[in-house]
This record gives sequence, structure tokens and C-alpha cells, in this order.
Amino acid sequence: MKNIRNFCIIAHIDHGKSTLADRLLQATNTISERDMMDQVLDDMDLEREKGITIKSHAIQINYKYKNGEDYTLNLIDTPGHVDFSYEVSRALAACEGALLLVDATQGIQAQTISNLYLAIENDLEIIPVINKIDMDGAMIEEVTDQIIELIGCKKEDILLASGRAGIGITEILEGIVERIPSPKGNPEAPLQALIFDCVFNPFRGIIVYYRIVNGSIRKNEKIKFVSTDQEYDADEVGILKLKMQQTQIVDCGNVGYLITGIKNAKEVKVGDTIISAANPAEAIQGFEEVKPMVFAGIFPVVTDDFEELRDCMEKLQLNDASLTFELETSQALGFGFRCGFLGLLHMEIIQERLEREFDQTVITTVPNVSFVAYTTRGEKINVNNPTEMPDPTQMDRIEEPFIKAQIITKPEYIGNIMTLCLGKRGILINQSYLTQTRVELIFEMPLTEIVFDFYDKLKSQTRGYASFDYHPLEYRESDIVKMDILLNSEKVDALSALIHRSRAQEFGRKLCEKLKELLPRQQFQIAIQAAIGAKIVARENISAMRKDVTAKCYGGDISRKRKLLEKQKEGKKRMRQIGNVEVPQEAFLAVLKLDD
Amino acid sequence: MAGIYIHIPFCRKACHYCNFFFSTTLQLKNEVVDAILREIELTTGRKTEPIETIYFGGGTPSLLTTEQLKKILGKLHVEFMVSESAEITLEANPDDINAFLAEDWRRMGINRLSIGIQSFYDNDLEWMNRAHNASQGLNSIELIRGAGFENFSIDLIFGAPVTSMDQWKDNVSKAVQLNIPHISSYALTVEPDTALDKMIRQKKKMNTDPDEQAKQYEYLMDAMTAAGYEHYEISSFSLPGMHSRHNSSYWKGVPYFGFGPGAHSFDGQQRKWNISSNPAYIKSINEGKIPSASELITPIKRMNEYIMTSLRTAPGIDLQFFTESFGEENLKQLQTGFKTAITNGHAILNNDQFFLTKEGKLFADGIAADLFFPE
Ligand SMILES: Nc1nc2c(ncn2[C@@H]2O[C@H](COP(=O)(O)OP(=O)(O)OP(=O)(O)O)[C@@H](O)[C@H]2O)c(=O)[nH]1
Ligand code: SF4
Ligand SMILES: [Mg+2]
Repeated sequence: MKNIRNFCIIAHIDHGKSTLADRLLQATNTISERDMMDQVLDDMDLEREKGITIKSHAIQINYKYKNGEDYTLNLIDTPGHVDFSYEVSRALAACEGALLLVDATQGIQAQTISNLYLAIENDLEIIPVINKIDMDGAMIEEVTDQIIELIGCKKEDILLASGRAGIGITEILEGIVERIPSPKGNPEAPLQALIFDCVFNPFRGIIVYYRIVNGSIRKNEKIKFVSTDQEYDADEVGILKLKMQQTQIVDCGNVGYLITGIKNAKEVKVGDTIISAANPAEAIQGFEEVKPMVFAGIFPVVTDDFEELRDCMEKLQLNDASLTFELETSQALGFGFRCGFLGLLHMEIIQERLEREFDQTVITTVPNVSFVAYTTRGEKINVNNPTEMPDPTQMDRIEEPFIKAQIITKPEYIGNIMTLCLGKRGILINQSYLTQTRVELIFEMPLTEIVFDFYDKLKSQTRGYASFDYHPLEYRESDIVKMDILLNSEKVDALSALIHRSRAQEFGRKLCEKLKELLPRQQFQIAIQAAIGAKIVARENISAMRKDVTAKCYGGDISRKRKLLEKQKEGKKRMRQIGNVEVPQEAFLAVLKLDD
Repeated sequence: MAGIYIHIPFCRKACHYCNFFFSTTLQLKNEVVDAILREIELTTGRKTEPIETIYFGGGTPSLLTTEQLKKILGKLHVEFMVSESAEITLEANPDDINAFLAEDWRRMGINRLSIGIQSFYDNDLEWMNRAHNASQGLNSIELIRGAGFENFSIDLIFGAPVTSMDQWKDNVSKAVQLNIPHISSYALTVEPDTALDKMIRQKKKMNTDPDEQAKQYEYLMDAMTAAGYEHYEISSFSLPGMHSRHNSSYWKGVPYFGFGPGAHSFDGQQRKWNISSNPAYIKSINEGKIPSASELITPIKRMNEYIMTSLRTAPGIDLQFFTESFGEENLKQLQTGFKTAITNGHAILNNDQFFLTKEGKLFADGIAADLFFPE
């Protein structure tokens, strides 16, 4: 065990974690030249398309240290985007150390700091690495100072590297062996292994990833999960290379996988402890529950597919422990789920993964944060969904969640950022210069104002020279109203939104305009109205379609035309009927497509 | 009973809206004609069926010389049982027509012409990039009548952005005054990947206005009916007894042979398309192979096609025919879909015929799609 090192790579988004991982894998011949590609650990199609890491990814490295001794290094590459921070925090629980990368051209950014704090909370040994030193704009001196300031290390503790150019790789590998402690744990004690991730495989059932804290796990041994107390055979155990590699045993301190043939997603839970059936030990501490930031409904496009969707959501949840959901019913959309996400990117990824990995086309509804309403009778109601909002006559007050936003930028963008944040009901709390060219702004803001387009706006207002992080504060009383959308006087619950009164009118107007674009014309006029209570605040009309017939239909056109009509029919099936109006899938997310 | 379609893939000038297969280089004309003759020989299948209709379409069949046309017709008579009373149609463009040619056509047995007039206004014709002008159009009608053609059709396009309602009204009354026996009239459609489509996307041309097209179509229906024409199919109007027999066969699902590059055919089971390339067609035919792709028309597809095409015709869906062809069960399911269209005033069920009203004709596609059976 003294020759095992468990570490993860953490950093702000895009600071080069996955690229550096490539070099570590290459230098140790963990991956053959044939299998090598850029960011090889980003193996999901979505990760490759978007160029970002979404899932943490563990892989084992065999490393011969300079004195000739063999070491086992378990590396976990983590995502940098805030929406996937739960992936980072779980990876940390499987490690004793972390490489903290800082992009030499960018310096310390908001998520550098938040990920560092997470690592410190987990008692990890931090190895600071200034990365991308091959770049022209590298500011090694300045970033060195920033790091010393932030973590209080010595200058010599900071390694210099370039994942792209392969600089500093040996120093990093040696640093990992020398500076990160070996796992503690007792190999002779009864088995205790912490499940930090799972994935559903249609052929093999659920594959469980864990870190062994005490004892070891053997192929064919009988094991149990503490929370369910169910017994299983360890049909297959092994370690994680680029693919899974079977072994007879996974030892104390190591990271590995387990296959028991379980197909039911409900039987396995991330954060649970694997113990021996013959010699059961206690549970070890799992993970903090995730706290979703935004909520939205997910509904099957075709109502009959609800049960199938449930099954898929459960399987997807295995591989994304930050997804939460519960049953929701909507008049407009029928049965579905109210889901909690860590942000809008997370929501988009979930929708995409349902589509790609599970072949589920879904309708996603207007996202909102969670409010707390107090009724005149003194009841407290959590409002995760506009339909849960009490009637205004019965409402005493409503509170909305606030966050503390930390923005690091260049001084020349302070003005733009102020305008943006104040326009989003932000309150400036503090402004301080970290260095002459870097300034930190702290705002208190309503969460609801930042979950939608804040990040994009911030980027465009600062040409990308701003990083942003936030932490929840308390709930504060606020003037939140429910805005309803009516189609031909019929209220569409799935289009309702919760919004600050000062914003409602404009929001209603834009939403009506957008819906006008997204709803297909029908054989009668459609009135789109936005209303607060009984008061109509905006209105648009879609005039009746006057013709739906194509001109000619001769011999050669018949097949083509039949196919067009088949498509038209298929498209209709995917629309939802609200009163007499047919509403296509994308209209339910109109709110995310509002322009200025 | 069967028909024959011959595709002549040449045009003088490319109309901007056109999505048919044609080439504006005429060099391969001889080779294509020879290959068509060869293809007719190579074709197997039920050649003993009496042929009731022959249709030369395109492209522009009037670009063929008398000799070329004669060769093809001659070959058809040798290889098929062309019925005495067969309808033999030739599509012709006004700029090709002259008295001698028209005379030749009539003599070789062509007994129906379909003239690509499109409009009696130059601004329309220019906008469409047609090869002829308005006076050539008028003149061509006189010429064919002079040659003795009483059974003929003209095409008229409405709803181009340059076609005002007044202009359209005038086009329709010209056709009526001229006592044209058959009119095929359709809305200008912006087909994907046509020159027109590109020009509209590049904002070089205005897009069509579906509401204006609907108005012009409504006017057309009223005016033609008032003038004594039968509106026997969505885009087809005729004086009594002058229906196009060939097109009607398409809508009834009658099998037909197809010859020439890009030609289509239907044998009751398969719909086939020849390759849409003149050189590739010629090469393959010369190697003794007919270069075609096909689609199997399954019973469900056949049912949907019947719904789609028959709804476009005046008598509509014939429930008795439907039951005989597709069975009671399917009929029951079909009938459950009638209600919406009937309540909307878009269709009528009468004497086992389900047919569209005038209002319904504007929504024929949606109504058909609603009645479609899932595969
Ligand atoms: N010049 C230079 N570019 C680098 C280096 N490392 C990474 N990059 C580039 O920076 C971008 C981001 O690299 P990634 O390795 O995907 O960054 P990441 O930290 O894994 O990103 P997330 O996982 O999404 O947070 C890519 O375009 C890389 O090619 C480096 O050392 N030098
Ligand atoms: S003449 Fe007919 S086939 Fe030729 S381009 Fe014009 S519309 Fe198309
Ligand atoms: Mg990455």
C-alpha cells in the first residue's frame, strides 16, 4: 500500500487538466500510441463535441520511480465547469492529493479557488502546477506570486508544466510519489469501500466504481451494500485502465470496479459503502447531498413513454449523482419529472444524454430556482415549480435564494460588470485589487438572475476576461409573481414562470413574441397572452393558416409527397395539444431563447 | 391496363423554380434517345398489358426532332400493345412550337399536348426565368389549334411575389376566354435546393406569401367553376370530358412503365426511378443494365398513397374501393379519422365517398396526413 498514490487533477475550466492527463498517461505508457488522442479521458461524445470534461474519469498508472521502485498511481481527471462541481467533490474523497493546475496566461480564477478549498476540506496534499507555460502570454512570475499568496506555499513547491508541449511531466510524476502520502487504511480489517460513481451497462448491468478504504475485495466473494443490506456475488472485480481490467483482487487503498449483475438502478447508490457479507463492517461517511440550483420539468414527448423514461432517468442518475428528480404531473404534459440540476449546462447535458444514450426524446420546461412561500395561515411551502405557488390572496410573503457572487476580472471591465450585475438586482459588497491588473468584485445577487444568461452576458461584456463563482446565501423576501401563459385563453401550466415583478412585463412581452415564432400556424387564429393573476400583461396573435396543400402531384412526386406527409404526421404526434392548439416540443423551452 | 411515361431530360433554359431533372446542354440528345430505345427493349415485365396512355414529359419533349419522337413512338408500338384509343400526350414549350412541328406531332399519333404557358404576362415569365415570352405563349395556342389539336392543356402558375391579384385574375380570364380545354394550375412552390430557393435565401428574390397564394387559389376555384370547368383534382381543371387520362391513372395507382433518365415507374409493388444523369444513364444502358433505384410500396404505403392522391380528386376516397383493396379493419380505422375534417367543414361523407369541400382543398395535405396509417 505504501506504493499507491491516489490523486486528482483540479483546476478552473479549460486550464488544461485533461491535456496534462494525456501526457502523464503517455509518459508512463499507460495508453498505447495507437489509442492516444487529445483529451483521451474525455470519452463521451458530448465531451468531445463541447471540448469540456463533464464526468470525472479514473485511470490507473504504473510508474517506475527513479530509484527503480514500482508505484501504482490512481489518477482522476475532473471537470472544471461549476455545473459539474459535484463530480469534483466526489473524486476528492477517493484521493490523498491533488494537482492544482493554474493556466499561466490566466492566473488564479474563480473555480481555482473554490476547487482548492474543496481539496483542503478533504485534507488533500496540494501540488500547485503552473500549466501552459509554452504559451506566449505565460506570466509565470505573476502567477507564482498569486499561488503563494493563495495557498501559502513556497516558490519551490510550485511546478512548471505544459500539457501541450510535454514540459515538466517527470517532475510532476516524481512530485506525486514524493509529496502525496500513501493511503492509510488497514488491509487486514473487514472490507469498507466507498462508491464514488456508477454506470449502467446494458450488457453487464451496473458497474460500480469505488475506493477501498479498509480491507480488500476479491472476485466471487459475497459482498453487501450498507444502505440496502442486500447481498451479491462479486462476479468481476478489477482496476480501471483505459478499459476495465479484470483482477482477482483489489487491494486496500486502491481504486477499482465491481460487477455483480445488478440491473435495477434502485439497488445501488453513489456514496454507499461496500462491505463483506461474511464479515460486515460499518458504513463510512458518504457524500454531502447535492443541492440543486435550478429545477425544470422533463416529460416524455409521447405520453405513453413515461415508464420507459422513468427507467432511463434512474439509469442515468447512476452515472450522474447530481441529478435529482421526483414525479410531476402537468395538465399540459401529463406525467413527468421535476428535476433538480446544478445549472443550465447540466440541464442541457442531461437532456442530451437522455437522447443519445437512452434514445429518449423529451420536453424540458421552463427552469426556475426554488422559492419559499409563507401562507397567511403560517405554512411554509417550498416552491420548486410554478404550480406550487400559493394563490396571491393566501400568501403572506415569498422569499428567494440569494448567492454571493465572486467575479475576478481586469480593471477595465469593472464598469460593464457593474452595469450587468446591478441590472440583475445585484448588490455590490466588495471590490478589491488582487494585483494591479486583477480585481475581485463581490456581489450579493438573487440566484434566479444568474442561472439563465448571466454567464454568457458576463463573458461577452468582458471579452472572456472574467471568471465567476458563487455560493449560496440565505433566502430573502422578494416580490416574486407567477406569470402564466395562455393559448386561446387556456392556461398552459408547463409555460408558467416565477419572476420578479419588476421584470414581469418585459419578460411576458418577449416570451409572447418568441412563442409566436415557435408555434406553427394552425387553421384558426391563436391568441398568446401573458398574465399575472387576471391581468394580461402582453399579447400576440398568430393568424390562421390559410393553406396547407402542395401544388402538383404527378407520378414521380407521389413517393416524395407521401414521405413529406408522413413526416408531417410524425411531427404532429410529437406536439402537445393544449385546448385546440398544438404546441411543439421546443416551445416549452422558449424562455431560454429570448433575445434582448 | 397500364401507362407509359417517357422522360426527356433537356431544356433550353433553366426555370428558377424547377426541381425536375433536366440538362441545358443538348449534345447528348441523340445518345439519350438511342438509350431510351434500348431501355424499352431491355424492359421486361408485363408488356402485354394494353397501354391506355403515353406521356412524354420532362424536361422539354418538344426539343426532340420529329425523327427522334417517331423512333420512340415506333419502338413503343413494336414492344407494347398500345391501344387504339390510347391518350398520347406531349409536353411542349411555347418557344418550340411551330405549325410544321405541330402538324408532325398530330400525324405521328400524338393526340394531346400540354403547353408550358405558366402566365400571359412577361413580368411573371421573366421572374421565373422562362425561355418564352407572353406573345409566344398566345401564339403557340393558335398554332396548335391550327394543326388540329383540340385536346390540350396549359400550365398556369399563381402566387409568385410579382403576380398581383389583378394580374392573376386576368390570367385566369384569358384562359377562360381562349376556351382552353384543360388547365393545370398550381402555386409557385419554393422547392429545396432550387435556384429560386437559393436566391430567396440570399435575399435576391422575395419569398412567396402563402396567404396571398391561398387567395389566388380561391379565386381560381371560383372563376373556373363559374366558367363551367370541372375542378377534378386539386391542380386540374377541365371542360367536360377533357380530363387527363394519364395523370388520373397516377392518382388511381394504375401501373405504368417509365423510360429515360430520371423517369419513374410503378408496377403495382415497386416504384422505381432511373438515375438522374444523362451520361450515367447512357453508359449503363449501353452495358445492358437499366440504372434504377426502387422503393417497395408496402400495403400501408399504398393505402397512404391512395388516401393522399384520391383526396386530391373530386370524388375523393371511395370507401367501397378502399374496402375491396385494403379490408374492413382498415376502413374502420380510416373512418375514425373523418370526423375532424367534417366538423371543420373541410370534407363531406356522402354515398360512400369522402371528399373535400372547396375550403378543404386548401388543407388537403394536413387532412391526408391526419388520415395516414402508421408504418
Ligand atoms: N498552449 C497550450 N494549450 C493547452 C495546454 N494544455 C491545454 N491546452 C489547451 O487548452 C484547452 C483546454 O484543455 P483541456 O485539457 O481540455 O482543459 P480542461 O482543464 O481539461 O478543461 P475542462 O475539463 O473542461 O475544465 C485545449 O484547447 C487545449 O489544447 C498547454 O499546456 N499549452
Ligand atoms: S421548362 Fe419545365 S422542366 Fe425545363 S426548367 Fe422549365 S419548368 Fe423545368
Ligand atoms: Mg477536462
